[in-house]
Amino acid sequence: MSEIKFFIPCEDANHVCDKTQYKEATLWEKIKLNIHLIYCRACREYTKNNTKLTKAIQKSEVACLDQKRKEAMKLNFEKALKEHSS
Amino acid sequence: MPNHQINPNQWIDLYSDYLYNYTISRVSDREVAQDLVQDTFLAGLKSMKNFKGEASERTWLISILKRKIIDHYRKINSKKGKAEVRINYNGDSETEGDWLEERVADPFDKTAEDTMQNSELGQAIHNCLGKLPKKQSDVFKMKTIQGFETEVICNELNITASNLWVIIHRARTAMADCLKENWF
Repeated sequence: MSEIKFFIPCEDANHVCDKTQYKEATLWEKIKLNIHLIYCRACREYTKNNTKLTKAIQKSEVACLDQKRKEAMKLNFEKALKEHSS
Repeated sequence: MPNHQINPNQWIDLYSDYLYNYTISRVSDREVAQDLVQDTFLAGLKSMKNFKGEASERTWLISILKRKIIDHYRKINSKKGKAEVRINYNGDSETEGDWLEERVADPFDKTAEDTMQNSELGQAIHNCLGKLPKKQSDVFKMKTIQGFETEVICNELNITASNLWVIIHRARTAMADCLKENWF
């Protein structure tokens, strides 16, 4: 069995942090992230902002259009555009 | 004063989400909101020659949208709209006592102020999204706002999972920076 790593580089830590925002990180990954955060100020900062961003988006309840609906809208609009320019 | 140009070819890519978000906080019905956004683009196209370039395209489109929203409310309150049966919970002595829970204010219901703040925050978020490169904002929207699974997005956009995470990471960093200036 390979050696169990407790320390991960910043890139991995940020990746885990991103995954955590979507609740996709495993428990072991989260433990490693937290160990990393103990000694890494830059990643602490990133994690803080990242969490804030997630909260802001949840709170704002922003909506955006469905991709398919947008495509349909585009088709419709292009038709009108053609009629308009001709 | 800079003169703004008008270019309808990019309208939907650039502004549809922003307009939709603006509408949804005012009509709270998805279908209606989508129709209103579509109508706005078409109306904008028709009255393109009235665009003087004093405001940005987006402001101009919003001003059309506002009128569309007002029209929408006018329509549902017109004779035809009023002909629909609407249940009125308070007033009638016959129905008094029924549905009592409907009359009690819901403490978990949002106040008008909360809603306003949220819609402002939503607009700030859309402003920032507009500054991202298209690919980043597309992936970010699908993942964060629409909540699609990683796999679904990868299939849809034809990218690998690690690719997706890199894009997400860049988008999140940029979004946090952008929102930090005026929101966090």
